[in-house]
Amino acid sequence: MGKVRGAIVVDIERCKGCGLCVVACPTDTIVLADEVNGKGYHYAKMGNPEACTGCTNCAMVCPDSCITVYRLKPEKSK
Amino acid sequence: MIDVKDIIKPENLVFKKSKVLTDTPMHYCPGCSHGVVHNLIAEVIEEMEIQETTIGVAPVGCSVFAYNYIDIDWHEAAHGRAPAVATGIKRLMPDKFVFTYQGDGDLAAIGTAETIHACNRGENITIVFINNGIYGMTGGQMAPTTLEGMVASTCPSGRDHARDGYPIKMSDLVAQLPGTCYVTRQAVHTAGAVRKAKKAIRKAFENQKRKKGVSLVEVVSTCNSGWKMSPVDANNWMAENMFPFYPLGDLKDE
Ligand SMILES: Cc1ncc(C[n+]2csc(CCOP(=O)(O)OP(=O)(O)O)c2C)c(N)n1
Ligand code: SF4
Ligand code: SF4
Ligand code: SF4
Ligand SMILES: [Mg+2]
Repeated sequence: MGKVRGAIVVDIERCKGCGLCVVACPTDTIVLADEVNGKGYHYAKMGNPEACTGCTNCAMVCPDSCITVYRLKPEKSK
Repeated sequence: MIDVKDIIKPENLVFKKSKVLTDTPMHYCPGCSHGVVHNLIAEVIEEMEIQETTIGVAPVGCSVFAYNYIDIDWHEAAHGRAPAVATGIKRLMPDKFVFTYQGDGDLAAIGTAETIHACNRGENITIVFINNGIYGMTGGQMAPTTLEGMVASTCPSGRDHARDGYPIKMSDLVAQLPGTCYVTRQAVHTAGAVRKAKKAIRKAFENQKRKKGVSLVEVVSTCNSGWKMSPVDANNWMAENMFPFYPLGDLKDE
């Protein structure tokens, strides 16, 4: 039984770098980028993509609906 | 080893931005609770399939532009008057889902009379009440909801009840009135809280079908700009300081 694998896609230009997704993530997948987006915000990205379980916590707390979440069906995530 | 691009496929999608939200980027400060609550309202409207039959009443306050973000019919109200405007709309169109979206300055200061009387009349509307303990839009002035000792721009050494009066618990007040059927206090600082708050908003909308009076969902919120904290620190400060005075949970459910 492998662990559940997930991934997120951040809408970089919508992101305001608030960091709420970073602390909401139970697996420490997300970091704020060193680079900035068009508005000057250090946007969120997966710093540790292997850790993501697709739990959707980050997307639930994001005030700007920047995060789309994907999760592999358990049988595929070996 | 599974590659990220093998996970990011349409068949694996588990969460995306609600279709009821527009693509307009929100004007709120980074980390503002208003955005999270907007998302929840949009998700509830999408899941109930009531986008065409819902009318929102926007307040004065930071959420004055709520109509730019949730793609439904809206009416703008003068400061504090949203429950009166919603009363008129709901009485003329009883089959529509009618809700107000109001800050604490709007609902608990200038609009206290409208709030209490709409609740006491038992109007079949939903009120979403964003209590961030401050007048966010105008520069962080003290509100009726500001905690004792809490710093605001008009009480820089903290609210002192001898001078400024006591903070007011509007949800507790309106829960006493026979015209309310559901009064609950929620928050959106963690994923768990967000899930609960969404259920509460859903119930508050569903209640309009039962015609049993006002459903009010208070969301204890942050205004990190007005509080002069980072978004993460503001959430922690809220949990430590706001929740003891504004405890989360249902105050009334009939
Ligand atoms: C009649 C009137 N009085 C005062 C104001 C100034 N004013 C604008 S927003 C606001 C308070 C907003 O605070 P709140 O409702 O808590 O909303 P927030 O910005 O915190 O979400 C005030 C006093 C106004 N616009 N109209
Ligand atoms: S919560 Fe949203 S806006 Fe904030 S950093 Fe994360 S993706 Fe960006
Ligand atoms: S989906 Fe869950 S595990 Fe993945 S980044 Fe978001 S919060 Fe972390
Ligand atoms: S001033 Fe406060 S309430 Fe207004 S958008 Fe900024 S954080 Fe939100
Ligand atoms: Mg306020």
